[in-house]
Amino acid sequence: MSYKRLDKEDINDIKSIINDPERVLYGSEISEDYSHDELGDIESYPDVVVKVASTEEVSKIMKYAYDNNIPVTPRGSGTGLVGSSVPIEHGIMMDMTLMNRILELDESNLIVTVEPGVLLMELAAYVEERDLFYPPDPGEKSATIGGNISTNAGGMRAVKYGVTRDYVRGLEVVLPDGRVVEFGGKVVKNSSGYAMKDLMVGSEGTLGIITKAILKLLPLPKKAISLLIPFPSLEKAIGTVPLIIKSKSIPTAIEFMQREVIMDAEKYLGKKFPDNSADAYLLLKFDGNSTEEIESAYDSVAKICLEQGAIDILISDTTEREESIWKARGAFLEAIKGSTTYMDEVDVVVPRSSVNEMVEYIHNLYKEINIRIKSFGHAGDGNLHAYILKDDLSDEEWERRMKAAMDKIYAKARELNGQVSGEHGIGYAKKPYFMEAMDPAVVEIMKGIKRVFDPKNILNPHKIWQ
Amino acid sequence: MKILVCIKQVPGTNKVEVDPVTGVLKRNGVESKMNPYDLYAIETALRIKEKMGGSITAVTMGPPQSAAVIREAFSMGVDYGALISDRKFGGADVLATSYTISQGIKLLGEFDLILCGKQTTDGDTAQVGPEISEYLNIPCVSNVSTIVEVQKDSMTVEMDMTTDVEVVKIKFPCLLSVDKDIFMPRLPSYIKKQATKEREIKVITLNDLEDKDEKHYGLNGSPTQVERIFPPDTNTHQEIWSGTSMELANQLYKKLRELKFV
Repeated sequence: MSYKRLDKEDINDIKSIINDPERVLYGSEISEDYSHDELGDIESYPDVVVKVASTEEVSKIMKYAYDNNIPVTPRGSGTGLVGSSVPIEHGIMMDMTLMNRILELDESNLIVTVEPGVLLMELAAYVEERDLFYPPDPGEKSATIGGNISTNAGGMRAVKYGVTRDYVRGLEVVLPDGRVVEFGGKVVKNSSGYAMKDLMVGSEGTLGIITKAILKLLPLPKKAISLLIPFPSLEKAIGTVPLIIKSKSIPTAIEFMQREVIMDAEKYLGKKFPDNSADAYLLLKFDGNSTEEIESAYDSVAKICLEQGAIDILISDTTEREESIWKARGAFLEAIKGSTTYMDEVDVVVPRSSVNEMVEYIHNLYKEINIRIKSFGHAGDGNLHAYILKDDLSDEEWERRMKAAMDKIYAKARELNGQVSGEHGIGYAKKPYFMEAMDPAVVEIMKGIKRVFDPKNILNPHKIWQ
Repeated sequence: MKILVCIKQVPGTNKVEVDPVTGVLKRNGVESKMNPYDLYAIETALRIKEKMGGSITAVTMGPPQSAAVIREAFSMGVDYGALISDRKFGGADVLATSYTISQGIKLLGEFDLILCGKQTTDGDTAQVGPEISEYLNIPCVSNVSTIVEVQKDSMTVEMDMTTDVEVVKIKFPCLLSVDKDIFMPRLPSYIKKQATKEREIKVITLNDLEDKDEKHYGLNGSPTQVERIFPPDTNTHQEIWSGTSMELANQLYKKLRELKFV
């Protein structure tokens, strides 16, 4: 399908819709940042960047694009990892970051209504100041809420609290032809037809543009304690995870990490981690309303860990200690990135009972393929992040070994009844693996849904499937 | 080598409110924790012990519940603990506190090295450490940012003087107050916590001290009288402007002129 390439007239029309020359960028005004996302290898410039400020503007631009057959790609902070926000067909890039207002805090419904450009860290700080809690907690705190919704971001608290989808109650969406619709709402229960808001969550900007989100909040737990648990080996650490889950004492997070990643993070942050003497660690977080309540919750888990060969159990029970651990944890991705020349990632998810098998498989893969692979992740929810590092390999050798590693990892995930992506999405980069893993009948249904929403295929084309 | 660490229990958050009527900190229901600077002192002690051998004693002064920080010190690896506690010590200012602690230390025996955190996060005076050293008549280096070397009878340290760093060699016995980030404090260990659950904490009361004169302790022994504690005024006035960058720049310039900043 061929699209209209923007000309001078289109730019002028768009400028007259926006009526603020500072919010319409084209040509050399478009910074390099807009041509890629966080992972960077998929590159394509938009013809024009429109920094929209209201639903009305989004709707008008969308209608203009629809009438003129111009592709549109929405973009938040550009922190994605699979190229979802890269404008493959150029056209219009809709930068959502100026729509960053918190519109309403409805304390009697425990609901907050925000625009999509609000950053995760801004939302977290805003609600926590008011003793409320927005649980989804992906590592990248400067991502926008719109981006989080578009990839159904998960994060570290998923073990206990679930993922972004579980906290989206309603959405205002601009459809590809410019119509504005509302999906869901402030209601707790909803059996009124198809779950349209759930369809929007995780649709990676292919079905509509989110212009408003109604999010569910929880009361803020008063206290959190983390346990940093050193193990003599990764196998021992990760082997303990299924036993912890089985123990029915539910931490908010179960993460695993290896010494090398910790040391990379120390270097990256210029700050020491509280412990780096062991080969592998589990990091558990518990929350509750008092120290006593949490201590009695973690006691049985502590005993399980010691029985499984943990060297010790280190207790982090103050804000300073929590910061020293979780700041480093939040910086792992950037730290790994800084330790190599280039990298690619996998974000597979497997049933929790198989997480140890998957981790060990990835861990041993570097020997077989001779490429450096670093991994850390949300062991408790079965979602693993493995980073394949280029280091000094030639481009050719890198392509070959990286592909080999990826193929093997995805094949293993399939064998364990896993999925291609746990939280980063499919975007552009993971399409081949997605197509390989998915039942063609399911892909056909997805394509049908796309056609109903976007008959001209102008919204974020070339994403999710081939 | 015998090392003593002075530690203190402080409010767990910095959001402690002041009762507007009585001017007293509202401590009820506020969780407590060990003064964060003291964690650096404990870590420094543990690192020195790992190298030089010996033992570490932690001492604190406060009401009975402040024994919790001694327990925490045990779970980080401290060997012995003492709590200086007596109703008659209540209301002490820095001078009376330093005097009381120095009296307690005398009772605990001779130490090669006494370590304190640079300051506490509630009082923030940074005076108790140096004053203890005066009462014990031993030398003191404050704001220690780095331990350069530990020898048998002395040590070399770096003292952070804000604009420059002074390298100091100091003979034992001595007192150091250590700065933040001298080492990353280790986390308390669950195993050590379990193992030291029953470990004795020596309690020191007025009756145990060499100087038993009540007038030297607590409110009586404090030359400082607190007249009033109040949260400082904060300036939260905000103006939100909108416009193009040109307009905003002009408006900002006008405002700065108005305020006579330019």
